[in-house]
Amino acid sequence: MAATTKIADKLHLSRRSFLRVSATAAGGLLVSLYLDFPLAAQEGGQSKPKVYPPDAFVHIKPDGKIVIQVNRLEFGQGVQTALAMLLADEMDADWSQVVAELAPAADVYKDPLFGIQMVGGSGSIAHSYQQYRELGAKTRAMLVAAAAEKWNVPASQCRTEASVVHGPGGQSAKYSDLADAAAHLPVPETVTLKNAADFRLVGKKIRRLDSSPKCDGSQKFGLDLDLPGMKVALVAHPPVFGASPKSVDDKAARSTSGVVDVFEIPTVSKGTAVAVVADKFWTAKQARDRLRIDWDLSTVDRADSLQLQKQYKELAATPGNVAVTHGDEKALDAIAASDRIMAEYEFPYLAHTPMEPLNTTVRFDGDRAEVWAGSQFQTVDQAAIAQVLGLKPDQITFHTEMAGGGFGRRATPDSHVQREAAAIAKRLQGTPVKLVWAREDDVQGGYYRPMHTHRVEIGIGADGMPVAWRHVIVGQSLVAGTPFAAVLIKNGVDETAVEGVVDTHYGIPNFHVSAHHPTVNVPVLWWRSVGHTHTAFVMETLVDELAMRAQMDPIAYRRKLLNPDATKVRGALDLMEKESADWRSSLPQGHAAGIACHESFGTGVACAVEVSIENDRPRIHRATLAVDCGVAVNPLTVESQFQAGACFAVSQLMVKGAITLKEGYVEQSNFDGYTPPYMVDAPVTVDVHIVPSTEKPSGCGEPPVPVLSPAVANALSRLTSKRYRSLPLVAV
Amino acid sequence: METYKLTVNGQPKQVTVDPDTPLLWVLREDLKMTGTKYGCGIAACGACTVHLGGIATRSCVVPVSLVRGRTIVTIEGIGEDHVGRAVQNAWVAEDVVQCGYCQSGQIMSAVALLKSTPKPTDTNIEDSMGGNICRCGTYVRIREAIKAASLQLK
Repeated sequence: MAATTKIADKLHLSRRSFLRVSATAAGGLLVSLYLDFPLAAQEGGQSKPKVYPPDAFVHIKPDGKIVIQVNRLEFGQGVQTALAMLLADEMDADWSQVVAELAPAADVYKDPLFGIQMVGGSGSIAHSYQQYRELGAKTRAMLVAAAAEKWNVPASQCRTEASVVHGPGGQSAKYSDLADAAAHLPVPETVTLKNAADFRLVGKKIRRLDSSPKCDGSQKFGLDLDLPGMKVALVAHPPVFGASPKSVDDKAARSTSGVVDVFEIPTVSKGTAVAVVADKFWTAKQARDRLRIDWDLSTVDRADSLQLQKQYKELAATPGNVAVTHGDEKALDAIAASDRIMAEYEFPYLAHTPMEPLNTTVRFDGDRAEVWAGSQFQTVDQAAIAQVLGLKPDQITFHTEMAGGGFGRRATPDSHVQREAAAIAKRLQGTPVKLVWAREDDVQGGYYRPMHTHRVEIGIGADGMPVAWRHVIVGQSLVAGTPFAAVLIKNGVDETAVEGVVDTHYGIPNFHVSAHHPTVNVPVLWWRSVGHTHTAFVMETLVDELAMRAQMDPIAYRRKLLNPDATKVRGALDLMEKESADWRSSLPQGHAAGIACHESFGTGVACAVEVSIENDRPRIHRATLAVDCGVAVNPLTVESQFQAGACFAVSQLMVKGAITLKEGYVEQSNFDGYTPPYMVDAPVTVDVHIVPSTEKPSGCGEPPVPVLSPAVANALSRLTSKRYRSLPLVAV
Repeated sequence: METYKLTVNGQPKQVTVDPDTPLLWVLREDLKMTGTKYGCGIAACGACTVHLGGIATRSCVVPVSLVRGRTIVTIEGIGEDHVGRAVQNAWVAEDVVQCGYCQSGQIMSAVALLKSTPKPTDTNIEDSMGGNICRCGTYVRIREAIKAASLQLK
């Protein structure tokens, strides 16, 4: 089970949900689902009716447009379309009239399981599947009731299609004409949801709602925001995390035409940075370049990748805090050395580098503030800004802006970008200020996927299958010191560091996993697929090595090793085997197939890649992926997520695919030093096959990532007979 | 500060800015045309690609003072061109975009490719699109959309 699913279990609060409806001033029907948390309601002794902001989920407009509020950030993963599909399908709305908007921060939009408004853990569809369907079904039921009352017929004899109610005597009425009457009817307590056979949208390949504006330049992202009187801020951050200036010479910066102010602000890592506010980005950047800052590095720890590697390697040779143990821990020691392998793996820091550089706009008005941010953590960021400004969260109007990627980078438990933006806006009260992290700030600014070292010892039985497995994982905790620690750290083990190993579906009788979490002065953060970024690589390259050693087919070997109840991975493996059989059996000279399978975030994935070596680099000619994600709400989005996720995953293999530190300084600063995959690095084609399922949906944002890099490494091993245990893949 | 006369998407424009200001920021901040994107500022990602005198150009490294008389076409104007329209249509039909932030630049590079090479091979596509990063990784569909647009333009 993915650790993030466990957060959901912990945060799952008992609550009752109910709908409120109202006729709007402008006409039409608003439907809102409110989550009423008992603890909040009990304040003051009795539950008082709350006054909610206009946070409707559905607004049927007089012109027939149906506006659906999406309770998530859209940053590429396609929820803006898929959640709207769920609601519209149950409502029998005319899809061509559906408009989906990103909802602002509000209690009503919190994740039904996590209890905060957020995108993470690949949970958007999984957690809101039932919620959005019920919203649609209840809205439909009220529209039908309004029509039945008007025509004096039983509601059960009415049917709906494309935003029209049809009566038994041939009557018909548009939703937009029924909306006012429906708004005065009671909300049904329960509704019957559609059978899968009756879906008109769910399960169909539906194109994204946001394509056209993203193809003609009209889509506004957070960075594109332009408000009257707005200023732009850039920040000179300490070159070593947590440092502060000894002295700042800002004369040249201040004399730059267009500069408004230069001042120091605190950083989350207890250092001090220097903010430059100007009329425009380019002015602010020029002025920042003209700052002369003498930094005091005497009091901060200066992390160094080479030293950390050495330290991690030593730690990995000692047992850590126990993450899981079953069978006999000593079984390994009884196995002859010739039947054992020992493998050490190293993984670097990774930056997320979403294409849209990080930004947040804040206007502080004394007793209120307004914020515009592409945030994965609206609730957390709203509270952080409120704290900096000395306000309460509900005094902050928080607009969710369309975001240009994120991959975890916009989900920071410490809201460090938002805190900086708030600190700057506080000084310029009344002026909207857009804080921009230039690309260099992003690459050098920390919040990386942590470095990791794994040390694995395996004892192999006479049949070639592993009988004993001792595994030590070393890496910084993602959640130590955050509110998530209480839920995710157990027995000193951060579950996000060991997920993908401790919950493996491989049946290994004597299995022992432990972890060390050293403290390092480098901020770290979840990176798309979190622990699975490294754990799947270790597990899937080792299992492949065992299959080769046993001289068994890598798919057959995995099938033999997988537990019988690993139905999702098994289903994906079977489908991938079938769909890739033709090309795997007719590989050209110099090409090899590589296999991997892995379950993460409740989704089973299997992958086969065809690889050759060109110019000393892996050339990925094709990838065949099979996925069991339960019901595929929008199979077109699932296909796209897996195709593109497979390309994103190549990040880990790039020659310049590492963030490294030397004496505290980050050695890369932009895409020239830290290089994501270009088209030529990515698989040429990716075919995606979905295991038919009636199970509830599971995630599709992160599960594409873990399998691709081990599959490529496994293919390379077949071409070169070498094992690949360090990423990035500097040498083939 | 200097005053520059520019032709953007066929329209005459005038701006008064520092001569070193990259064309990208003139478009985005002075002309309020935000379809052209900032991704890296060092011509390494292609998000800022525009057509300058008909050539796909990284606007983040071209100072406005060097534009001189060359016409500028941006994502906001490329749909006026029949190749541009075909590429945008193919992008929508193939459901290419994810976060969408890089796609202005991808489309501008693809249009330049198809104008010079109406029937591109995979190698032509990789060469011409080779400097555009899509962090979401939509490369497979970008490749398909370019081929689809090429067929439409026959």
